[in-house]
Amino acid sequence: MSAVPDLAPRTEEEVATALRNAAGPLAIEGSGTTMGMLRPVQASRTLSTRKLTGITLLRPQEMVISARAGTTLPEIEAALAGHNQILVPEPPDLRVLMGVPDAPPPSIGGLVAANLSGPRRITGFALRDAVLGIRFVNGAGEVLRSGGRVHKNVTGLDLCKLLAGSHGTLGVITEVTLKLGPAAERVATLVVRVADEAEGVALLSAGLTSPYGVTGAAMLPRGVSAGGVAGPVALLRLEDVEASVTYRMARLRAAMPGGEVLEGEASRALWRAVRDVLPLAPAPDEAVWRVSVRPSRAPGMVAALRDGIGARVLLDWGGGVAWVAGPATAEAHAAVMAAAGVAGGIFILFRAPDPLRAAMAVIPPEPPALAGLSARVKAALDPAGRLNPGRMRAGG
Amino acid sequence: MIALPAPKPEVMGRRDEILAGLRALVPGDGVISEPLRLRPYETDGLSAYRQPPLAVVLPSSTEQVAAVLRFCHENGVRVVPRGAGTSLSGGALPLADAVVIGLMRMNRILDVSFTDRLAVVEAGVTNLGITKAVEGEGFFYAPDPSSQLACMIGGNVMMNSGGAHCLKYGVTANNLLGVKFVTITGDVIEIGGGHLDAAGYDWLGIITGSEGQLGIVTEVTVRILRAAEGQRAMLAAFSSTEVAGAAVDAIMASGVIPVALEFMDRPCIHACEAFAKAGYPLDAEAMLIIEVEGSLEEQDALLARLRDICARFDPISMRVATSAEESLAIWKGRKGAFGAVGRISPDYLCMDGTIPTGELPHVLRRIGEMSESYGLAVANVFHAGDGNLHPLIMFDANDSESFRKAEAFGADILKLCVEVGGCLTGEHGVGVEKRDLMPVQFTGPELAQQRRVKSAFDPGWLLNPAKVFPLSDNPLLSA
Repeated sequence: MSAVPDLAPRTEEEVATALRNAAGPLAIEGSGTTMGMLRPVQASRTLSTRKLTGITLLRPQEMVISARAGTTLPEIEAALAGHNQILVPEPPDLRVLMGVPDAPPPSIGGLVAANLSGPRRITGFALRDAVLGIRFVNGAGEVLRSGGRVHKNVTGLDLCKLLAGSHGTLGVITEVTLKLGPAAERVATLVVRVADEAEGVALLSAGLTSPYGVTGAAMLPRGVSAGGVAGPVALLRLEDVEASVTYRMARLRAAMPGGEVLEGEASRALWRAVRDVLPLAPAPDEAVWRVSVRPSRAPGMVAALRDGIGARVLLDWGGGVAWVAGPATAEAHAAVMAAAGVAGGIFILFRAPDPLRAAMAVIPPEPPALAGLSARVKAALDPAGRLNPGRMRAGG
Repeated sequence: MIALPAPKPEVMGRRDEILAGLRALVPGDGVISEPLRLRPYETDGLSAYRQPPLAVVLPSSTEQVAAVLRFCHENGVRVVPRGAGTSLSGGALPLADAVVIGLMRMNRILDVSFTDRLAVVEAGVTNLGITKAVEGEGFFYAPDPSSQLACMIGGNVMMNSGGAHCLKYGVTANNLLGVKFVTITGDVIEIGGGHLDAAGYDWLGIITGSEGQLGIVTEVTVRILRAAEGQRAMLAAFSSTEVAGAAVDAIMASGVIPVALEFMDRPCIHACEAFAKAGYPLDAEAMLIIEVEGSLEEQDALLARLRDICARFDPISMRVATSAEESLAIWKGRKGAFGAVGRISPDYLCMDGTIPTGELPHVLRRIGEMSESYGLAVANVFHAGDGNLHPLIMFDANDSESFRKAEAFGADILKLCVEVGGCLTGEHGVGVEKRDLMPVQFTGPELAQQRRVKSAFDPGWLLNPAKVFPLSDNPLLSA
């Protein structure tokens, strides 16, 4: 992560020129918020899209927004608030989690490149699902588009999906077009005290398998608190028109006795904290992982990590994702890898000192057939290997 | 007419040897080569194009699919994957020198978890079959293409199928958790599974909607959802397509997003009414079907709001269902729309472009003008909330000039969709049908980039060749 990038082009054409003229590898970043994620990039120069800014299309009646990659999340949220619309996947601001609270806010291009989604992911839409179109520059410096601005589009190979989550290794995203959703008239959260993760995840599952359209299902374990709510508690969120929230909350409460309801700003603040993973509050010298598993496997995995490395955890997505804080050591990393593997899930190392993240597999290793595909797809988009070398895997 | 690549003489010349090799891999009656038994496989939902393949193989396991692909790779044999053969874009059209791999024998449901809200099924399970397997517990699989009774989940993954209810629940891509994927070299790769999102590249995302260009999917893990307590529909009829389009915009901007929002124009209303006797307003130029979900009280509240919105646009008539039976009556005509048009015209082409919804009145006006200049009738039915048009162009397949005109008319509509900011295909896929129009939507470098990604998976271009990408500039596929 560099405070001042070597290259900060102001237009897409300048990005293309910079890539065509690049003498060697480049670190590609947006605002730089998540450059502490995954592996340190093996490049001496940095290209940032932070100066490619501006909303280029906003059609609320078509539920679509286009913005240049460097446009920040708060700018987009503010523009949408004026039209009572939202980004359904609820992308997070992870500056505090990543230990860079004073960095500029996350850019939309960076969020898409990392495919980061918040609590509403559980309704079926990750940030990659909201991407209707992308403009990007590939490693050869060609300006390309995939997708478009319409909600249904199956024309050709969906390179938007490849770019989303590729962390700048396949192309430099210059503009994204995203699907929007309506902002809810009312938000309410049912807070239910639970004994442990097993009871908590079972309760989240009961909420998510109800017909009441739960849009957030998280758990604060013992010792973790947010917005004045202390764990162990399960949290179920409803967001909809006024009458629906009233009706559905009454039904949920009847099914889950003993719960308390948080309304309005208290509810919104709680979910912003969950979205941004604030309750985890890692110490400066701790590492942070995100582990995704089948929700029913989460309690066992959390128990193993708590026993094994003294991990602290925040569960979201109905138990399907565990944010884990623990010692920044090779042993702890190996324990997280093993626990994810045993649970049939995946892990991403989000935060650790450079030497550790340079030395470890920061995401699960690929079987040989997939590793071959990865290398060939990388070469198909970035033949000279200029973009973020080593970001996701050593030598790749 | 669309050109197909010339059969490879070295494959045609080794036909018997190739058939023997396939029979060794898929014993029993799993390899078909007799001309009469190949007939059912010579076309798909785009029946204007027909071509019997070299052979059809019907594997019953992932291992057999892998063995057949490895064999085809080693012998340079082209492969056409096939689900139920319901593609409307010719996605499963064979080639003379190709082996069709049909997945219909892989039709087992392998695992269902209600607590984890997922089902693991083989690729040949039908779309509706998944819902049937879980509806006893009040669950369903959301994407609902019109062909859902017949179409298979493997084909749905390959075409990224949509349906009338994707306005709320998303398309296939948004409802998948994992696939078992077999490469052209016969490697079996597990992608995703019971968890959300990938740690490395989004293989699930690039495979979904790849139209058989990258490999074959043999197992699929889907999200299953708990169904809402109930649903109810209303109908609103308007005096012009412009006004109906404005009503659609107002609904979408209102914050109340229906689960379905369907649009029919006058010719379509008349065809459906003649067929289904659904009580549609014959004096209307355009009609909307709007469906909401929830408890009875919620349905009442939502329908009242939607009725108020529609009322601002001087509707000719509105009808709000008061029961499930009345909802079914409102949907009856729409669900039978393709059949209804089939009754008034011997043949029709179903187009599938998507447009920004604000362009609706302009696009419908232009389609009307084209209809006059081509001398071919057209009926429009589409998913209004997401701008996915389905103009049905009526022609006579016994008259080659009529077919030629219908194809040209269809191409003009799709070019118009791209011109106004939309795309060539919203849910049916490019297939062979729209292959040669790809340069209308994509630049040369964009197409070249997609082809390089295809080549990364399939360097010899053996997988479903002659689909999606124009044949020009491709030495591996000369016509």
